[in-house]
This record gives sequence, structure tokens and C-alpha cells, in this order.
Amino acid sequence: MTLIYDINKQQAVVNKNTDDTTETVLSIRHLYKSFKENHVLVDFNLDVSKGETVVVLGKSGSGKSVLIKCIIGLLQPDKGDIELFGKSITGINETELDKIRAKTGFLFQSNALYDSMTVRQNLEFPLRRHWIKVSQQQVNDMVMESLEDVGLAHTVNMMPAELSGGMRKRIALARTLILKPEIILYDEPTTGLDPITGKEIIGLMMEIQQKYNTTSIIISHDMNCVRTAGNRIVILVDGMCYACGNFEQLLKNTDPKVKQFFEGI
Amino acid sequence: MNESLAITRFLNEAGETSHFIARFFRQWFKPRFELSEFTRQCFVIGYKSLPLVGLTAFIMGLVLTMQLRPSMIDYGVESQLPAIVGIAIVREIGPVITALIFAGKIGSSIGAELGSMKVTEQIDAMEVSGTNPFKYLVVTRVLAATLMLPVLVLLGDAISLYGSYLGVNIRGNTSFVFFWKQVLDNLSFSDVLPAFIKSFFFGFAVGIIGCYKGYNSSKGTEGVGRSANSAVVISSVLVFILDLIAVQVTDLLNLY
Ligand SMILES: Nc1ncnc2c1ncn2[C@@H]1O[C@H](COP(=O)(O)OP(=O)(O)OP(=O)(O)O)[C@@H](O)[C@H]1O
Ligand SMILES: [Mg+2]
Repeated sequence: MTLIYDINKQQAVVNKNTDDTTETVLSIRHLYKSFKENHVLVDFNLDVSKGETVVVLGKSGSGKSVLIKCIIGLLQPDKGDIELFGKSITGINETELDKIRAKTGFLFQSNALYDSMTVRQNLEFPLRRHWIKVSQQQVNDMVMESLEDVGLAHTVNMMPAELSGGMRKRIALARTLILKPEIILYDEPTTGLDPITGKEIIGLMMEIQQKYNTTSIIISHDMNCVRTAGNRIVILVDGMCYACGNFEQLLKNTDPKVKQFFEGI
Repeated sequence: MNESLAITRFLNEAGETSHFIARFFRQWFKPRFELSEFTRQCFVIGYKSLPLVGLTAFIMGLVLTMQLRPSMIDYGVESQLPAIVGIAIVREIGPVITALIFAGKIGSSIGAELGSMKVTEQIDAMEVSGTNPFKYLVVTRVLAATLMLPVLVLLGDAISLYGSYLGVNIRGNTSFVFFWKQVLDNLSFSDVLPAFIKSFFFGFAVGIIGCYKGYNSSKGTEGVGRSANSAVVISSVLVFILDLIAVQVTDLLNLY
């Protein structure tokens, strides 16, 4: 397998990338979102700079998915502002939003592969729909390149239903990567996978991060993922950015609400 | 208490459906029409229901003729059989039976398809891929259903009349040409046109209800099943209600 490689070496490279750049890609200011009486996000703030990998930790139902759906404009926040690539995405028109979305990758928690389409059609979909002018030959090349990145070139003519859970996750990742996004939002990329496949997926994400110097926001419960992939960890409690720091800093934190995430490590 | 709750729920649902219909018209006229998806849907929707529509239409024509024959003989107007059956099929039975079959076949499949796309976040995935899912999924399907049902009704009518021709010939002996001449002589434009127009409305009802139910499917596989089921039930009932309205309108306009 080409995917297994030295994670520690990768970590050093990732850290170096973030030190020499300060350009802010994403900035979230005073974000509020509630569903009826359920106040999910309450005054959430976050800044992410270029090339950085931020991991968001939080209990199930704490609003992690809601947070990244707000970032990509799938949910409208009640209050507050989100700036992506220096443009506010709240109250922006559809065309402008699509332009920003073309530069943003989103890996869904449930993969969201189109099950009426083959793997090839799944991957072609974002290419064609963003109305990017490319020839059929280029489309084919991009599809194959993306599939090779995730090591699944042989599945190109299969239907999603014929694939295993881990393969589906990788195809979803390939579809996310096909437009070479500048920022990728991952919603629980390793949940429901066995530890080995999980590690492979993390390896893949970091390989991509290094290859294209993308900015990433990763939502995860997986401590292995948190430890290896994150430059910075944000803990989401009660709808706020409760604590923030790198893995070692948070591990030493004595606040019980922070401590519970690191129990047993 | 229970009744008032049911009424509130019904009114809520009706309100939301009208909202959905309004959204359909707004999105329809927005630029960048999804032509290729629309043609694909026309093919899928029309082609998928053709065998079923053909079979039921054939049986209806045959059975109707055989059932009517004894009474026609009693009244001594056996020779009018093709005319009577022709009018019954073209005015009423053809459009309504076809629409009901269409609701069962297409309404449920649209409801289930969009419902499962909704709960597995495929609709969200389309949205982040630079696609307006409402235009891509809903507008194309509703328009395809609206256009395809009248075509199916015309085909169904023809197959039904062929069934009727066979029915006439089980006991009698009528030539094919004579049968058609008798049917067409007794049909006027005012029989065909209202029936044709109402089938557009039937098609629209099936398409929009299927999409509404699927698009607003609640989470979980149970929700998908429920959307498919209620899409069929509601659109079938709507077909009858629209039929009732159509007959009143044609009556008022003195079209018959
Ligand atoms: N579309 C919605 N309508 C109503 N409530 C919602 C909706 N989406 C999310 N919620 C609510 O928001 C809260 C946060 O949900 P969210 O999906 O963000 O959790 P999460 O942190 O991603 O959990 P998990 O780790 O299980 O995925 C939950 O209480 C959920 O009930
Ligand atoms: Mg989630």
C-alpha cells in the first residue's frame, strides 16, 4: 500500500508550513445558530490561516456538523459573520457563493455519494457543474488522477453500492479533491472505519495537505486523528470555542470539560 | 381536540405545499435551464410507465366493452357500443386510470428517490458542487411529469380503444376501419381537448407532490418510506379532486 508512511515525518512538515504564513483563509465572528429552542452555536469565533489544519473536537450533538455547514453556506447562521477567502458568505448571491464553493472541498459525514451514478460520474459531477471549461480528455485525466490519489483507480466504473464503507469514504474524498480545493472541511472522516483504514484515510488527508498545501478543518472524535493531523485543536462545548491549543497544551489542561476528551490517553 | 389538531396539520401541509409550488415557478424561470437532465427525466418517466399504462389501458378497454354489451343489447343499441366506449375512455377513464397508474409508479419513485437523496445528504452535496438542487432535481422532474402524462394518456387511449375493438369482436363482427370510424364520428374536439388539458394538471400534481414529499423527507429510512407512500396517496386523491374541478369547469364553459 502506498498509503502507509511515516506519520511523524509528515507532522514536522505540516507544522513548518504554518509557521511562515499568516494569511487568514477563514474567519468566523460571533456566530449564532439555533433550531427553535435548541441553541446549537452561541458566539462561536475561529480564525484559520493558510495551510493550517484545525481539528474541532466536541461531543455528539454539540453542533460540529452545523458549524461546518454554516461555513459552506448550507445552513444560514442566525447572527454573526463568516468570511471565506476574505469574502463574507452571509447574504452573498448564488453566483458568488458558487465561486467560493468551487475553491472549497466538503467531505460529508455520510459520504453523500450519488447512488444513481457510477464512481466516474460522481467525480465528474463537481467538475461539470462548476461550469469549468475543460475538455473531455482533461476531465478523464482529472478523474483518474483523483482516483489514483486515493488508490482506487480500478473502481472507476463501479456503482457506490458495490463498494465497502472505507472505499466509499475514499471515493468521497476523491470527489472532494477533484477541484483541488484551497480549503477542505472534513466531517468525521474516520468514524465507522476500522483503525487501520482510519489511519490510511488520515495518512491520505495529510498527504494531500502536503501535496497541495491546503487548509483543513477536521471534525473528529478519533484521538489518533486529532493527535497526528491537527496543528491546532478547538474544543466545542456549549456552542462556544471552549478551549484551543495544540495537543500537548490541551492534554495538560485541568478543566474537567476539556479533560474528558483526553481520558485514557 | 383531535379534530382541530388534524385540521391544523392539514392547513399547515397545504400552506407548505403552496409554498413549494410557488418556489417551483420562481426557480423555473431563473436562467440556466437544466436541459440534459430534463430530457433524461422525460425519457425515464415516460418510458418507465409505458408498459404498465399500456397493459392497464388495454384491459380497461376490453373489460369495459364486454361489461357494457349486455345492457346495450337490452336497449337495442348494440351498434352504438364503439361510440359509447370511445366517449367513456377518452373523456374519463383514459386520463384518470393513466394518472392513477402514473401516481403509483412515478409519484412513489420520485418520492423515494428524492427522499433518500435528502437523508443521505446527496442534495446538500449537489448544492456545494455548484448546482441548484431545486432546479436540477425538482424543476426537471415536475416538468417532465407534466409533459409526459398527456402523452401517456393519448397512447393509453389508443391502446384502450384497440382493446375495445377486440372486445367488440369477441361476440360480434366489426371491421377495424368501421370500428374506428364509429368511434371517431362520435368524438368531437370538445371531448378530446378538456381531457387532454386536465391530464397536464394530473401530471403536474403527481410530479409536484412526489418532489415535495421527497424533498421534505424526515431523517432516516422510515422517513423515506413514508414520503414515497404519502406521495402516492396524496397525488391519487388529488387526481380525483382535479377531475371533479375539471368537470365543473367544462360544464360551466358549456364545452360539452
Ligand atoms: N436541520 C436541523 N434541524 C433541526 N435541528 C438540527 C438540524 N441539524 C442539526 N440539528 C440539531 O443541532 C444539534 C447539533 O447537531 P450536529 O449534527 O451539528 O451534531 P454533531 O456535533 O455533528 O454530532 P455528531 O458527532 O453526532 O455528528 C443537534 O442537537 C441536532 O438535533
Ligand atoms: Mg456531525
